[in-house]
Amino acid sequence: MVETIYTDLLCLGAGLAGERVAIEAAGAGFDVICLSLVHSKRSHSSAAQGGMQAALGNSVMGEGDSPDVHFLDTVKGSDWGCDQEVARMFVDTAPIVMRELAHWGVPWNRVVGGKGFYYKGGQKYEKFEDPAKEGLITSRNFGGTAKWRTCYTSDGTGHAVLYTMDNRATQMGVQVHDRVEAISMIHDGEHCQGVVARCLKTGKLRVYLAKATLVATGGYGRIYKNTTNAVICEGGGQSIALDTGVVSLGNMEAIQFHPTGIVPTDILVTEGCRGDGGTLLDKNEDRFMPDYEPEKAELASRDVVSRRMIEHIRKGFGVKNPYGDDHLWLDIRHLGEAHIRTKLREVDEICQNFLGIDPLHQLIPVRPTHHYSMGGVRTNKHGAAYGLKGLFAAGEAACWDLHGFNRLGGNSLAETVVAGKIIGAKVVEYLQGATATFKTAVIDERLKKDQARIDTLIHGGGKENVYELRNMMQDALMKGVGIFRNEKDLDQAVKTLQEVHARTANLGLKSNGLGANPELALALKLPGMVRMALCVAYGALERRESRGCHAREDYPARNDRDWLVRTLATWEEGADLPTLRYEPATPSFELPPGERGYGGGKIISADDKEA
Amino acid sequence: MDRMLTINIFRYNPQDPDSKPHMESFYIDETESMTLFIALNRIREEQDPSLQFDFCCRAGICGQCGMVINGRPNLACKTKTKDLPSQITLLPLPFFKLIGDLSVDTGTWFREMNTHIESWIHTSKEFDPEAEEERMDNELAEQIYELDRCVECGCCLAACGTARMREDFLGAVALNRIARFILDPRDEREEKDYFEIIGNDQGIFGCMGLLGCEDVCPKNLPLQDQLGFLRRKMGFFALKDLKRGKKKTC
Repeated sequence: MVETIYTDLLCLGAGLAGERVAIEAAGAGFDVICLSLVHSKRSHSSAAQGGMQAALGNSVMGEGDSPDVHFLDTVKGSDWGCDQEVARMFVDTAPIVMRELAHWGVPWNRVVGGKGFYYKGGQKYEKFEDPAKEGLITSRNFGGTAKWRTCYTSDGTGHAVLYTMDNRATQMGVQVHDRVEAISMIHDGEHCQGVVARCLKTGKLRVYLAKATLVATGGYGRIYKNTTNAVICEGGGQSIALDTGVVSLGNMEAIQFHPTGIVPTDILVTEGCRGDGGTLLDKNEDRFMPDYEPEKAELASRDVVSRRMIEHIRKGFGVKNPYGDDHLWLDIRHLGEAHIRTKLREVDEICQNFLGIDPLHQLIPVRPTHHYSMGGVRTNKHGAAYGLKGLFAAGEAACWDLHGFNRLGGNSLAETVVAGKIIGAKVVEYLQGATATFKTAVIDERLKKDQARIDTLIHGGGKENVYELRNMMQDALMKGVGIFRNEKDLDQAVKTLQEVHARTANLGLKSNGLGANPELALALKLPGMVRMALCVAYGALERRESRGCHAREDYPARNDRDWLVRTLATWEEGADLPTLRYEPATPSFELPPGERGYGGGKIISADDKEA
Repeated sequence: MDRMLTINIFRYNPQDPDSKPHMESFYIDETESMTLFIALNRIREEQDPSLQFDFCCRAGICGQCGMVINGRPNLACKTKTKDLPSQITLLPLPFFKLIGDLSVDTGTWFREMNTHIESWIHTSKEFDPEAEEERMDNELAEQIYELDRCVECGCCLAACGTARMREDFLGAVALNRIARFILDPRDEREEKDYFEIIGNDQGIFGCMGLLGCEDVCPKNLPLQDQLGFLRRKMGFFALKDLKRGKKKTC
């Protein structure tokens, strides 16, 4: 007998986006259950160090900031790939949400009036904070922005906000079922009705039925080998949505690499390091970013800095190391002890604990590493997923689409809570008008299929090794779908992934699969992960232009004439490739396509005639 | 380098009727910059795919991978093998319910604890989306964050003498959390409200002062300072309350 649990709203994921939506629904009187792979306070939101962008304009370097300036930065950052209606809603709502978080208990850093110092490009500068603004939420500098706009709590912003949010969710009566993993979506082709889930404490299957279901499972960075993402970021929600055959994933090829993952473990050191004045150095300990980007230097957007770093390494300026790929150095020594040991303490701890170095006196070895997935479950501006009624998505799991082809630092953490509030209100509207009919035949069939999958994995005699195939998938993406891309390597990646996908049909367990067996957990999700990987690789192969993070060596121009569109990927049952369709990047242009002002590159205008 | 590590791991799968609790040894070649995260994953992928252990951020931030490493509770992700002898013994954290092998259920316990101590800002004020945020001194914000840095890993409870004896002990983690809210002017709770939660043997008076919690805290939180601060505050409150009670009865 399989336990069946009913609720009004089922959130897959209990990070910032999931819990923010949950709080909105619980506040309107609905029952809410969040499923989480881990204790909710361990969600990957907790790892975000730097901060959240919102145009409060309280600090002196943020003076003159407004949602309009934030909007410009965001659209430019996206390389005109974002939905501008969404960007507008986001920038207008962000300041309110930051204040709301302060009201709920987030200990934001505040303006301290009077004289102070800051660093830019290794130089020390003086600033004077308006005493009349003392005690208001302050901000720090992040890449790709015209003003200092990033609200922060030391370098534990994600941690502080997630703890406040989880406590608020507890207060509002939101239930979190932790160590539960959704393994398939229950739907009749029109409505999403919930999920089949596996308890990661006992291994037992459970059915969750809900009037509305939200995918808020974060990113899917673990399809890549080298990533800053937590080990739980395997895209569980997106992948079961794709497997419905009717839900679209948007812009899956838009993968962001972060300039400063440490070598060798790919743990992220925050962009705040560069925002606070850290510099990038090469093997001669020379600062090189001003040569490539005289204006923004280390503070150009992430895609640009990552590419410049790789360019510089390719010219032979990288530092050799025993782990293969050359790296560069991040220098924060000049920021001084007080700053490093408090405002960059997590960075300090990461250096000490994982590298055994002291960043006060030593350089930090860094290289660009996979960081963020702009793509995800494609939704409309209200967060409703394409393809199924009653299905919503928010946060990194979604392609809402605030970030287009490159998101700015501090915009994703802000997106989780801002989208959570906006989409939460829309979910409430939906719930108020919804009556759900659950079709037992659909549920039984789904459950039977999942039980059969498990039985086959345990008893079916399959020969393929779960970990070996996962490694093949990860390597194929690293090799073929990285920072610089080209037809030949992308084509090879697609072919390899197709082979891996075919082989996942013959997976078998080496262990007995009983209880919370981790091998079974991976075996259940691996085929879906490979399908997502194919959406990434195939989407990248087909997009014959360069935009934001998607840099094609063979098509270096941004091509607004042919490619100012969003890729939509669906997966038909039994297929070995996704079906790709395209839609306009934005329904309306508040800001017409133009130069970003950094990163160089040619643009083929939408007005250009066919070549 | 060039060491062969022997990693002795506690094994038990409560969901498998044939499983009996026992220790099992695994052998693995040490590599440069190896952490227990790297070592355990290699063992699982290359030697025994049924091995249960927990990691999440693998960067010392989330608190998921607490375990007892050569007798001492700590986060496994940030434990470098070069700081350990070649014989390494790994046990699950005590106090929490065992899920299997090195994996324990911290989530349920922490959620109950947070519900019990009502770990949120208690305020009568409504949020006004139009208004400027309430101001706060930056130094105070930083002090609050200092205590807010706890990652709920459970190491303090695993190292706590009282927690070994009484299951309902709230532990240093809860007391630290209370201290955080006492410090926060946004929380309108009064001393008596806090006393009701922690002014007993479940809370502040159960602590034996053995300092294990602070010794093992992976985030180096000043847990003993908070215990001292709360004990004094709650002690004074109890005395005052006693006096008030006497006056009433006279």
